[in-house]
Amino acid sequence: MRRVAKDTKARVTLTLNGKKTTGEAESRTLLTDFLRHEIGMTGTHVGCEHGVCGCCTVLIDGVAARACLTLAQAADGRSVETVESLTGLDGKLNPLQEALRDHHALQCGFCTPGILMSFTDFLKRVPDPTVEQVKDVLGGHICRCTGYQGLIDAMMDGAKRLRS
Amino acid sequence: MEVLGKPLVRKEDAALLSGRGRYADDIAEPKRTLQAHVIRSPHAHAMIGRIDARAALEIPGVVAVITGEDIAKISDPFLVAVKADVPQWSLAVERVRYVGEPVALVLAETRYIAEDAGEAVEIEYQQLPAIIDLRAAREKTSALVHESAKSNEVHTRAFTYGDPDAAFKAAHKIVKMTSEFPRQSFMPMECFVVVSEYRPADDSYEVMANFQGPFSTQPVMARACRVPGTRFRIKTPADSGGSFGIKLSVFPFMVLCGLASKIVGRPVKWVEDRLEHLVAASSGPNRITEVEAAVDKDGRITALKLDQIEDYGAFLRAPMPGPLYRMHGALTGAYAIQNLSVVSRVVMTNKMPSALIRGFGGPQMYLTLERLVQMIAREMGLDHLEVIKRNLIPAGSFPYKTAAGSLFDSGDYPRCVELATGGGRLEALMKRRDDARKSGKYYGIGFAAVVEPAMSNMGYLSTLLSPEAREKAGPKNGAVSLASVRVDALGAVSVTADCVVCGQGHETVLAQIVAEQLGLRIEDITVNLELDTANSDWSIAAGTYSCRFTPGTAVAAHIAAQRIRDKLSRIAAKQLNVLHTDIEFVKGKIRSKSNPDNAMAFGRVAGTAHWSPIMLPDGMDPALRETAVWAPPELTPPSHDDRINTSLTYGFVFDMCGVEIDPVTCEVKVEKYVSMHDAGRLLNPLIAEGQIRGAFVQGLATALYEEFVYDDGGSFLTGTFADYVVPTATELPELELMHIESPSPFTPLGAKGLAEGNCMSTPACIANAIADALGVENVQLPATPARINAMISGEEPARPAHVAPRQGIASAGTGGAKQKDARQIKGSGSVQVSASPEKVWEALLDPENLKSVIPGCHALEVVGPNDYRAEVSLGVGIIRGRFKAQVKLTDLKPNQSGRLGGSISGPLGNSSGTGLLKLVPDGGGTRIDYDYEVAVFGKAAAVGGRMIEGAAQIVISQFFAAFGRKLGGAPEKKSLAKRLGSLWGGKGTTK
Ligand code: FES
Ligand code: FES
Repeated sequence: MRRVAKDTKARVTLTLNGKKTTGEAESRTLLTDFLRHEIGMTGTHVGCEHGVCGCCTVLIDGVAARACLTLAQAADGRSVETVESLTGLDGKLNPLQEALRDHHALQCGFCTPGILMSFTDFLKRVPDPTVEQVKDVLGGHICRCTGYQGLIDAMMDGAKRLRS
Repeated sequence: MEVLGKPLVRKEDAALLSGRGRYADDIAEPKRTLQAHVIRSPHAHAMIGRIDARAALEIPGVVAVITGEDIAKISDPFLVAVKADVPQWSLAVERVRYVGEPVALVLAETRYIAEDAGEAVEIEYQQLPAIIDLRAAREKTSALVHESAKSNEVHTRAFTYGDPDAAFKAAHKIVKMTSEFPRQSFMPMECFVVVSEYRPADDSYEVMANFQGPFSTQPVMARACRVPGTRFRIKTPADSGGSFGIKLSVFPFMVLCGLASKIVGRPVKWVEDRLEHLVAASSGPNRITEVEAAVDKDGRITALKLDQIEDYGAFLRAPMPGPLYRMHGALTGAYAIQNLSVVSRVVMTNKMPSALIRGFGGPQMYLTLERLVQMIAREMGLDHLEVIKRNLIPAGSFPYKTAAGSLFDSGDYPRCVELATGGGRLEALMKRRDDARKSGKYYGIGFAAVVEPAMSNMGYLSTLLSPEAREKAGPKNGAVSLASVRVDALGAVSVTADCVVCGQGHETVLAQIVAEQLGLRIEDITVNLELDTANSDWSIAAGTYSCRFTPGTAVAAHIAAQRIRDKLSRIAAKQLNVLHTDIEFVKGKIRSKSNPDNAMAFGRVAGTAHWSPIMLPDGMDPALRETAVWAPPELTPPSHDDRINTSLTYGFVFDMCGVEIDPVTCEVKVEKYVSMHDAGRLLNPLIAEGQIRGAFVQGLATALYEEFVYDDGGSFLTGTFADYVVPTATELPELELMHIESPSPFTPLGAKGLAEGNCMSTPACIANAIADALGVENVQLPATPARINAMISGEEPARPAHVAPRQGIASAGTGGAKQKDARQIKGSGSVQVSASPEKVWEALLDPENLKSVIPGCHALEVVGPNDYRAEVSLGVGIIRGRFKAQVKLTDLKPNQSGRLGGSISGPLGNSSGTGLLKLVPDGGGTRIDYDYEVAVFGKAAAVGGRMIEGAAQIVISQFFAAFGRKLGGAPEKKSLAKRLGSLWGGKGTTK
């Protein structure tokens, strides 16, 4: 394990959305703050900073994780994917994103990046989920706007679109 | 209709789905911006003593620590709508009045440093009695939240409409009840963000914030900063992570950061965190309503008497007390009741200030009214639904003038009820209820009928003044909406408007409205809703609140687009050589209706207005820009007899649900929920449904989950998402939505507001279902398992004193603010020592001795007679770190007894306690008996109270154990071990 003295900054190098990226972080810097303020990737949102809301979910080595509960130093040498990885420079949405749009599964959109990343991971592992499974994964996120039904429908439909 | 009224997917979504939103904290701040951290009060009520920032200022990167004193020198208190002396600045001045109140602002180069420095600022408080319970606050003997206001009830007004006394005299029956609405918030996922910059050159402030309006508070902010409105510029970002009324309450921080910027000469940014948001951002007001209905023999209500007592917490922020008056005209709800008397009261307590929240007074009012109707049915042995139907405003009576002055625009309430309960829906629920009850389960059916107002009359708040005072002040009324449509020289169309983005899809709907007029697609319309008071269309009515978008801003955009269309058709008519009435706009072409081949491209016609003014019809101005002002005439000021049309449109919601209650877990499961809406014409059914579903889950949260809980001392106990429970997809019941459309005759689009209805109807509907299931009269929301348990099997026996209650779903139950001793623990113990009482007494008064027995004490400074300040290191459970302790000995009876008071403050907050010591001579030695009470405040109480209490108990035990050891007596080892064990759940000697 890497040791970083208190009050000093150390270099963190990670593969961010497929690109090698380097920045500086203190031992206590959260991955959310590192991504948003050090690197300037603001797609990952912060809703509670205590691991409940799910807004900050990213993929670390392909697995969904709460960036607000992860220290930037702990991501050193890993691969991190954020919501920005889902859309290319042409702005074309992927089938899951399209499903969210079509089912009006977002309003303010603040919870959306985290939910997208959770389901990017989940649908890879469980491509043909039941509604119960979808509700279960969605249960790890708080959305204050949509009332969830659009999200559930979008995930079921998105899974179908991804399968075909 | 080509575009408007269609369920089109949103223009907003592509950016938001790709992580390319532009929320307030995503925007790059000006260079040299300092990051702010707010130091907040750990006490509900206290005088602020010395604030010592020396240690904080020594931390590298810390630039300033600003206090209320600094702020009061350069600003004025915020204006208040009620005539009561309740001044508030953007930082507490002299006194704190709620837990979480901002006391000081630390400015540093980074947020991490600012927070570190916050811990190093030492603030002394002298605690005062906290006024928490709403009823107790009204008692004559109550301490005062604001002494200058002379009473905690700072506003009272009584109103009478029709002849309620006669109706009550003639009543067949009088039904009475009390309803209590809890404190809660709808908790947007994005917290507050502010970047303020003061510009000394012209003494102006520029503020970017995720503020939602109402912009009637803009003059309030400007006045506080002592500048004209034009020099308090507000900008809102392109995206906002939800508002629900809560993001009005960022405004004191917009002023605070501006003043801080003035003090330090650099821009200042503040990003609120979730703990701050939960503890102190904004709460919906809790309300107690005493209600009485006069009822005839058929269950028709002939008159209502309401006494509404609303708790606004510690301060009245503009535009409070809105929730108490926003519904005023519509207080009789969906029912034809023409006799009404109302008393409205505003009460201050030591809780976080109440402000805007989705529903805005409606949830409180309908919980009362709809529970009352169910009670009437119950007391008269009638069917609940039948009583609703008998009282509904009949179809065909619109526009309908209510007792208190609202003009309900359109609707067919009985038909909505028929449709929702028809189609076998109600029968299926009744069958479910019969089956469930047969098998011994609790099952209930609830209904609620709700009139949903939209776009408030700006004059409604002036109803709180007497007619004479209103006369003097001049009439207040209306609601102005503004929108602009521009077409550039290539025919590209853009729209700006006076609403603020909060996630409701305004961009899409405005594009639909304009595209519809101009024969274009929504992709052809660019909408920019980044409001900037320096150069946008706005008025004091601007903002996103009280469902003003659909009946207001949308109409202004419609009118502006019509004017553009009219202008373009006249230009095209001249060039196509036809009458302008023969012109139509179809798929990007402007053409002759009678000869569609006679056509021009939209862009060509638009170009004429810019490039070739010479070709325009005589007298027409060049360029293409129209700003429309929409101000509906129905919104008149309050009349001399206090009648007020509080809103422009009034939709209707009828809800029905079935709930099953588990007799073992006491969990309420909403099995089926039907919600029927009439919101006039729907502009985009997809977005409309999203608004309704979102409001429904928030209503569900009010009914079953969310509540801000305070203990008797005013400590805030629900400071995390584990304590303040927001429902997730797992809690989602089956929801069936239905619609009919009764277009509003008062707006050209016929559309009404619809986003608040279920916040009003759902709590009432579920409460009614619970009452039906359990056969109880009193349903306290949120109906947590603990409360349900109390309804089923009576109140729980009091907790043994040494057991701290648990927080969260399972406990908010014992009654919200009335919760007893939630963060206070008591205990007692004794130590045997071999020294004589005289020796013990001497040791107790000897600082050197105290230093050696206070656990982890490094330094003890004598600050007065028997008054010490100590620095201690603790390491008990999660409670680790260096703390400051104060120890004081009072009530000294030499050699007999004394009181040891102390407090510690540190990284997690504060805790204070007192102990009474008695020295009892005991066979040559002394027995020291002690009783103590410990209270935990601030962050600690909100997030980790139980741990802190345990730690405090251990520290007390350690102190006495060490004291005893020092005086030669062996502490009772076994008992101490037992005592320690008890702290973590076992039973010990603490009684
Ligand atoms: S911000 Fe990470 S879970 Fe809420
Ligand atoms: S869309 Fe606003 S929180 Fe989910």
